[in-house]
Amino acid sequence: MRQKVFATLDTAVDGIPDGARIMFGGFGGSGFPNNLIAALVRRGTKEITAISNNCGTREGELSPLFKSGQIRHVIAAFPGPHSFYFQERHAKGEVTIELVPQGILCERMRAAAAGLLGFYTTVGVATEVAVGKEERVLDGKRCILERPIHADYAFIKADKADALGNLTYRLAARNFNPIMAMAATTTIVETEEIVPIGAIAPEIVVTPAIFVHRIVQAEGIRYAS
Amino acid sequence: MPAELPSKVRWTREQIAQRAGRELPDGAYVNLGWGIPNLIADYLPDGITVYFHSENGILGMGRRARPGEEDFDLVDAMKVPVTLTPGASFFHQADAHLMTRGGHLDVAVLGAFQVSERGDLANWKVPGTKGVGAIGGAMDIAAGTKRVIVCMEHTTRDGQPKIVRECTYPLTCLECVDTIVTDVAVIDVTERGLLLRDMAPGWSAEDVQELTAARLIR
Repeated sequence: MRQKVFATLDTAVDGIPDGARIMFGGFGGSGFPNNLIAALVRRGTKEITAISNNCGTREGELSPLFKSGQIRHVIAAFPGPHSFYFQERHAKGEVTIELVPQGILCERMRAAAAGLLGFYTTVGVATEVAVGKEERVLDGKRCILERPIHADYAFIKADKADALGNLTYRLAARNFNPIMAMAATTTIVETEEIVPIGAIAPEIVVTPAIFVHRIVQAEGIRYAS
Repeated sequence: MPAELPSKVRWTREQIAQRAGRELPDGAYVNLGWGIPNLIADYLPDGITVYFHSENGILGMGRRARPGEEDFDLVDAMKVPVTLTPGASFFHQADAHLMTRGGHLDVAVLGAFQVSERGDLANWKVPGTKGVGAIGGAMDIAAGTKRVIVCMEHTTRDGQPKIVRECTYPLTCLECVDTIVTDVAVIDVTERGLLLRDMAPGWSAEDVQELTAARLIR
């Protein structure tokens, strides 16, 4: 059996190189892989392209990675009113951002997961989001071409994981996590609980094991903001 | 621009929310945006049941959680702890926006900086301010929802009209707004133009027109 369960948070983020593209689950303070983020700060990986809904909240979520200067570029839908470390670095020109409509962010990641090369949408037509994108008319509607968003790694927060990598999520902590888990080359999961294989009923599994590569017990920070 | 604003009483934010709540049909699936729209859940008319959608993956969202009842894995799109109603469900964010873009939601109520006479919406960025703006789910929701209602003050703090011929703020979506509920009027965006359907008590069509940079029809 392929061994996916890692003993520590630090070994779970081992080997992530400078310049990596990393997706981070979470929305509204819920479902963020806060302990993997802390481990990545300890690791010191630089020049990261981060893909996440927002850009940190106060001292929490992605903020430690902006504070430490490890993120170079971010793809996000909603930087957030309390993303102070991001705002500071962005104002100095140390961090660049691509703003993406939230549902299109999801769908571009899902396109990557699904092996699609792009899709047309009416979302963002005639807005700043459309700048530089191919536009055409389909069924009488103006639409723009959106391309997939790939990543080298996804950092995921699950509620339960078995050793194979089947995952469930707690309440609305699900949010971006299942999409990102499918879209990255290497998916790393911190989970509240590691349960025996078979303890998650097949019809309850939200993320099937095939998408998961590393599993580690969450320890430390539950809600970071 | 009017030199002096009419000194008539305007609807409060709560009254705007209450008036917009009357636009929601029984049984509708509804998404509420930030600001005034978020108040609507507290001001629904008696006998009306609607099902609230949140773009972080909740259908059947209930009232806000009371102190001691909060669960921080159960929050709305504004990060506020909420409750569930019986029959609620969770799904991931891609499916949440499949519901918005795919036309599955009946009504979305959004805040706005400007609405044009053709129903163009600007609500994510104020020109000349610091920061990169905040698109969030607004572009998906505006583009796909069957009926988009905007709730906003009729004018800016310094009295400038927010209903305009052409939006000068960065656009969220072209020709998406169906109805505008402000602190002085209810206006439908129609093929013929902006139709003034209702007004706050004591206001005349001329009063409302004076605060509006696009032509209103009756």
